[in-house]
Amino acid sequence: MSRHRAARVALMVALPGAIGVESKPPLAGSRRWAASDEAKGLTLISPTLLYALALLFLPVLIVIAYSFWSQDYLTIDRSFTLENYRVALTEPIYRDLLWRSLTISLAVSLITVTFSYPVAWFISFHGGVHKNLWLFLITVPCWTSYLLRVMSWKVILGYQGVLNTGLMSTGLIDQPVTTLLYNSNAVIITLVHSWAAFAILPIYVSLEKIDRSLIEAAHDLGDNKVWSFLRVTLPLSLPGVISAFLIVMIPTVGDYVTPKLVGGKDGVMIATAIQAQFGKGANWPLGAALSVTTMVIVSAMAGCMVLALKLFVRRIK
Amino acid sequence: MSGRHGIRKSRWLPVYVSAYLVFLYLPILLLPIFSFNNAASTTFPLAGFTTKWYASLWGNAAMLAAARNSLIVGICVSILSTGLAICAARAVTRYKFRGQRAATGLLMAPLFLPEIIVAVSLLMIVLQLGLELSLVTVILGQTVFCLPYALSVLISGFDGFDRSLEEASLDLGETAIGTFRRVTLPVVAPAIISSLLVSFTISLDEFILAFFLSGTEPTLPVYIWGQLRFAAKLPSVLALGSLMIALSILLVATAEILRRRAENRLKAGAAAHG
Repeated sequence: MSRHRAARVALMVALPGAIGVESKPPLAGSRRWAASDEAKGLTLISPTLLYALALLFLPVLIVIAYSFWSQDYLTIDRSFTLENYRVALTEPIYRDLLWRSLTISLAVSLITVTFSYPVAWFISFHGGVHKNLWLFLITVPCWTSYLLRVMSWKVILGYQGVLNTGLMSTGLIDQPVTTLLYNSNAVIITLVHSWAAFAILPIYVSLEKIDRSLIEAAHDLGDNKVWSFLRVTLPLSLPGVISAFLIVMIPTVGDYVTPKLVGGKDGVMIATAIQAQFGKGANWPLGAALSVTTMVIVSAMAGCMVLALKLFVRRIK
Repeated sequence: MSGRHGIRKSRWLPVYVSAYLVFLYLPILLLPIFSFNNAASTTFPLAGFTTKWYASLWGNAAMLAAARNSLIVGICVSILSTGLAICAARAVTRYKFRGQRAATGLLMAPLFLPEIIVAVSLLMIVLQLGLELSLVTVILGQTVFCLPYALSVLISGFDGFDRSLEEASLDLGETAIGTFRRVTLPVVAPAIISSLLVSFTISLDEFILAFFLSGTEPTLPVYIWGQLRFAAKLPSVLALGSLMIALSILLVATAEILRRRAENRLKAGAAAHG
């Protein structure tokens, strides 16, 4: 998915607000004003809204409807059935694919956030006058073609790839290592690389917002570096960490390109199965049920994280 | 920096950050290296310098057609999504109305849906209506997908806009159109330009929607995807990729420089008005 750009910077700033971590100040205004404002605002937003309703909301509703129907060769039977969901959740092939997609995306999010936090911290606290330059350096790779970045990992990890030929020429190994490519690990490495910058930005934004005097206070009160980090910096930057986690997790669950190119047999994820149901030998209702199941699981996980964050924020307030 | 705020610079952190940057850049630098390599395989040691892979791109009609398709789609998507996002961003930042949160939520939804699901749902509706897959369907789909980005860029651009400036201009006898041209537009122009650039770049690189919705007219990423199956084609794909990387870095750097100039101008202006 081509999402991976400096545009997200703006998004990161907007996201904590979007998930309701911060509140907007209410607008004042007389009732009559509000009435006309209401009309003006709704009129102005209506073209955009209609577009999104027609091309996003409606299609998703249709997918949901299809997931409760069944297909007999080429005709769609519109009587309600839960059969597709039974297949999606209990047939070993789909159950395993769903499970693998989830574990891979959680692993990728966890690794990406963990490895990116120190970088965000470094830029925020030691970036000095070059903060913007650092951020620019971090985001440049994101502007290059996603397909080619995945391709490049294939070139690095392949049997005759850069890593193998490099290691053999140094004499560290005498046989190419076959375990590098075409498995879940290759998928994880590639996805971590693709999403690194997206994890850095929201964490950086949340670190920037921290009042430095709080850290100073913790220090003056006798906390050492580690304690002031654990008790002040980390809790205050949690909204950014959660945003980063979600920004990485949601797209990676349904990633199609990476598992296809570097995953091989053992790295197949759910997107491949969904695509197969809409291609040759199509079974739209099953494909729809797989899509809805993925959507529901991702939303549930994201919802739980946002909820936990809100409870946490309320507690420290 | 040391000693301030009790934050001491550690010795290992800069090393770690440098290693991280190497990890980020290495895969991207490999592509141009192998695109000049005089061998069909991507292995070390290198086999000597050649520009033949670049030369082979010129006569490639299929690739040029795909590049043209990408350009058409990118231009249409950036104009359409920026236009739609201007309406929404203006409505959200200027008026307060019921259902505002729900509306913004719907427009931002593509970010919270795995892209394959957006692609599949659009494919179903297009086939259901009996329409042909074409560049038009790609444009319609990618526009939905670009809206959240365009919207967030524009909302942050419009947010700082001081409405009293518009009011003052109207009070001083300027017409509504004149006010828009002389007061509103100069303030919001940078946001609009970045929204256009961002949408264009996203569209240029977008694969899944294009893959599902393009039918017989591939965009560049879909064309590249088709080429990746043939090992022999790899070096020319790398050459094409290197050109695309150079182009996108050029675009981003330009956008960044423009943004900074605008920022400095604003700062200078603010200082002058002190």
